[in-house]
This record gives sequence, structure tokens and C-alpha cells, in this order.
Amino acid sequence: MPVEVRLPTVLRQHAAGQSRVKGQGTTVGEVFGDLIRQFPLLAGQVVTDDGTLHRFVNVYRNDDDIRFLDKLNTTVGDDDVITILPAVAGGTAGPPVAPAAAD
Amino acid sequence: MPVASSVLDLIGNTPLVDVSALSPAPGVRILAKLEGQNPGGSIKDRIAKAMVEAAEADGILKPGATLLEPSSGNTGIGLALVCRVKGFRLRIVLPENVSVERRQLLEIFGAEIVSSPAAEGSNGAVRMAQRMVAEASDDVVFLYQYANPNNPRSHETGTGPEIWRDCPEVTDVVAGLGTSGTLMGVGRYLKSRNPAVRVWAVEPPAGELVDGLRSLDDGFVPPVFDPSVLDRKTIVRPRESVEWTRRLTAEVGIFAGISSGAAMAGAARAAEQLGEGVIVVILADGGWKYLSTGAWTDPLDEVVERARRIIYF
Repeated sequence: MPVEVRLPTVLRQHAAGQSRVKGQGTTVGEVFGDLIRQFPLLAGQVVTDDGTLHRFVNVYRNDDDIRFLDKLNTTVGDDDVITILPAVAGGTAGPPVAPAAAD
Repeated sequence: MPVASSVLDLIGNTPLVDVSALSPAPGVRILAKLEGQNPGGSIKDRIAKAMVEAAEADGILKPGATLLEPSSGNTGIGLALVCRVKGFRLRIVLPENVSVERRQLLEIFGAEIVSSPAAEGSNGAVRMAQRMVAEASDDVVFLYQYANPNNPRSHETGTGPEIWRDCPEVTDVVAGLGTSGTLMGVGRYLKSRNPAVRVWAVEPPAGELVDGLRSLDDGFVPPVFDPSVLDRKTIVRPRESVEWTRRLTAEVGIFAGISSGAAMAGAARAAEQLGEGVIVVILADGGWKYLSTGAWTDPLDEVVERARRIIYF
């Protein structure tokens, strides 16, 4: 059964513009391998040529960072969701918008 | 209590409060460290004081110098407070459309504000600050919280020892991940006293909110961040963050900011997984700067939608 993978904006261009795709596999690494078969332009973007995660990429299984689980060997099942997010500066989270009340 | 010689002496030594009433696991105690009690209103007062005093001691910061820092949040406010008391000038670089409360607070403390393009977010503010320092002719100092070792060090010598002093039976510590200074400093200190202590990081889904990245190479990992100090890192989303922020006020009378709600959500998840233990959760600031988000007053769906677009970590 395929596992849902959510792509960050910056990678959607490599997956025909899709934000959610599906990949087959029982581990995160296997699912990524299947995604690259489907979308060859994703190669090297998330997993580098030496088989490790790109340093500016965070990957989560159901919101848990896989670097602190089993990394690419982290197991995944049908109901799990893999989320890929770019690493960004913390402390000021992204382009802030003034709340409506303050206008 | 002894009389404080200045408001800077009030930084740190924050209280721990038992909030086990919020714990989903009866065998897990949860204690909240109230960093909103710092004079500038947040945990960042600690790093502001530490970075400035280290720079003074090293001779980097001389009388009459100007500090420059990219921050639209608590670090800017903490630095503004410290600079005001010590007599330094402060220039803050921040994205042009931050909430008016933050801009006002910075101005009240005498900081000069330089706006960076909203679309470039915090990465853009950091880049602008780096350019300004390179081009500056006057005596401008960039303390750079993301790389300054006095950031995590202030937690290794302050926040961490305070937790150990007040709760040596701590088994787990939960905190929000921004620059990573708190987690690095507290984590290192507590593990040096008890290697079995676990360190849990909570983060917002920040990457989803930033559309300005052209490629993954535009990404950023704070230089002070050392992942080997962490045991787990989890995303907590805006809905859960706001729900727990409300529960903190409604059930235990703690008025804390939205990142504190996120940290509590993380502590509750940890409690469910642990079954037994003593969790210390760090609540980084008070609720004051978030009142205009309607977090406590408006319908949850509206607040969640707004929270997806504002700074709360």
C-alpha cells in the first residue's frame, strides 16, 4: 500500500506541481526510492548521492523527525504520513503577517 | 529579598510550577518553567545579557558602540532592554510587516528599526544584517544569536542549573526549538549531571510557511545547533499549540505565549509515551504579545488560520 508523502513548495516543481504524492515501501528510504522512480527530478534533492539526508532538509514520519528515529530505515505503514520540510531559521518563523486587529 | 541594583539582576532564576493537572499520564509529573517572568518578558533576556556582557568582557563592545541584530521577536526586545540599561545603541533588522506590538516595544526601549523585505522572512533579515555589518563604517557589532556560543552557554550556566537545583529528579526536558540555544545549553547541562535525561525538541511547521525559498540550498541550520544533544524532535502544529495555550490559562492560570502552548503539547505527547517520569517544560514567554491574535478570544479556526502566518516561535 502506498504511503503519503507531503512535499514542500520548493520541491513541487520536480513532482509535476503536486504537494502530495504516494510512494511504495516499508521504510522511508524505500518510499523515497520509489518517488525518485516516479519523479526523476527529485533525485539528489532529499537524499544526497552518498545516501544521506540533505542537510537543509528535515523529514518527519507523522511529525516525528526521522533523524531521531531510525533515519532512512524508519519504518512506515499505510496510515503514516511522511512530511518533507526545508530547514529554516528558527526564532522568527517565516514571513510574518501583521494580525488583522493591528491594522 | 535583596534590592536589585538594576533590572538586569532580575534576569533568570525563574520559577517552576507543577502543572501535573494537565498531564495525560497519571505517572508523569509535569513542571513548567515560567520564562515569561524575566523583566523583558521572555527567556531571551538571558541570551541578550550573556552575549552583551561577553562582548564587553572581550573588548569587542566598547562604550558608544552600536549593536545590530536581526530579530523581530524576543531577542530584539531582550537586547533593547540590556542596551538601554548599559547605554549601547541598538539597530534591529526585521521583516517589514511584523506585528505592531513588537515594533512598538522595540521603539519604546530605544531601538532603531531597519526593515527587510517581508517576502524574504527571517533568512532575509539575517542576510541584510550581515551585509550591513560588512558595509558599516562606524563601530557596529553583530552578536548573531544563531552562531554566538554565549547563547547556549547562558542556558548551560543559568537555565539548566536552575532546573537541576529545583528538580534533580527530572527525567525529561521539553522546549521549543528556535536558535536551539535553550535545548543545547539545558540539554548539555542536565545530561552532564544525569546522562539518562532525555531532551525533546518541539518545532512549528516553519518550512511550510516560507514560500520564499528558491532551492533547498537557501535553507539554514543554526550554527550553534548540535543534533546529538537531542533525543527527539517533533512538529507541533498551530491548532494544538493554540489549544494548549488556552488550557494553560483556563486550567492552571498560566498566561503564556503560543510557543508555550506548543511546548505543553509536546510535553503531553511525551507524557503519553513515557508512562512515568518527571518532565520539565520550558514556557518561553507570556501571552501579552499574542493578545491581538485573538488566541484566547476568537473562534479557534480563525485563530489557527492567523497563527499559521504570524511569528510565535
